Amino acid sequence: MNIRIKNSSNDPIYLQIKNQIRDAIINGEFEAEELLPSIRVLAKELRVSVITTKRAYDELEREGYIHSVQGKGSFVAAQNKELMREKMLKKIEASLLDALRYAKLAEISKEELVQILDILED
Amino acid sequence: MQNAIELNAVKKQLGNFTLGPISLSVPKGCIVGYIGENGAGKSTTIKLMLGLLRADEGEIKLLGNNIKDFTPEMKKDIGYVFDNLYIPQEMNLKNAISFHEKLYGSAWDSKTCNSFVDRFNLPHNKEITHFSRGMKMQLGLTFALSHGAKLLLLDEPTSGLDPVIRDDVLDILLEYIQDENNTVLISSHILSDLEKAADYIAFIHKGQLLFMEQKDELVESCGILSLSSEQARDIDPSAIIGKREHKFGVELLVRRSLVPENMDMDKVSIEDIMIYMIKEDRQ
Repeated sequence: MNIRIKNSSNDPIYLQIKNQIRDAIINGEFEAEELLPSIRVLAKELRVSVITTKRAYDELEREGYIHSVQGKGSFVAAQNKELMREKMLKKIEASLLDALRYAKLAEISKEELVQILDILED
Repeated sequence: MQNAIELNAVKKQLGNFTLGPISLSVPKGCIVGYIGENGAGKSTTIKLMLGLLRADEGEIKLLGNNIKDFTPEMKKDIGYVFDNLYIPQEMNLKNAISFHEKLYGSAWDSKTCNSFVDRFNLPHNKEITHFSRGMKMQLGLTFALSHGAKLLLLDEPTSGLDPVIRDDVLDILLEYIQDENNTVLISSHILSDLEKAADYIAFIHKGQLLFMEQKDELVESCGILSLSSEQARDIDPSAIIGKREHKFGVELLVRRSLVPENMDMDKVSIEDIMIYMIKEDRQ
């Protein structure tokens, strides 16, 4: 797994870390129950504060991507395919709603929208 | 024991300078950057913690024990580095090491000491008086880390040192807190170093502790706005932490939560926050 931190990014550092680990989990870069680096190791390697990496892990845990065992570390949670699909559908819906809103503002028809989608897919 | 450092309404009068009353709690397992201007009281605070000065009022606890009740054994749990190395300057490396070995007795860890001496490539036969500034600091850090200390108090260890050595210190501190029972308090002017690794920033100004906050929250909660003088008037005054006015406009350091969300804001550094706050105070 690679983690890149951009100081120029508008996203806070904990969020950059969280998103990249989340994407790695979703992309199947980890086995279920694989041990993740400890928050202290991660902080040292990335040269960020321990609080930053802890916050990233806390959020990943809250969203169900990892689970932590006191004194043992953080493990990649077995990803429930249904659950994952559900989460992704929600994100797609939200993005499409945005797209629809912009389309309405600019008076772009539904047909045109479908066309854009076809073009983007290619 | 959750807090490595606890200061409770600590006060010290030195001539016409008053430190405190300061109350400060540092949870164990973290790095705290202690920042402030020259003469703000950073060194005084650290000297009080080490018992080199005695507080007029208040209570200081390190690693769960009041420093008044410290036994010689407890003192070995504290490591410290000052901006200079206060040992006889005519000693060479070997003398200085055996001096510390005797001082710390069974707590002394020769293996760790040797590994740092090798890592820093310190000269074995030179007298310490001929050591460069950087080498003196590296030797001080070697001693501080070679007796199993659980708390490191560093007073301006990196001032006047080149970026490469400073960077190395940062690595060593990050290695040190891999053990979650270890804690570091470091005072420094070089805020870019603290920006990278500190968990908390404590800011002292004219003897008063203005805040101690998680670094991430601090940096995320503030922003810098560049506006025209007219636009600046529309900003809620309670949002403004500091400002810099110039002929062609105004730059404001603001609390993000108190200004409209869509405003174009620059990210802040710890240095920005310190400079804006001190300048605001002078006006």
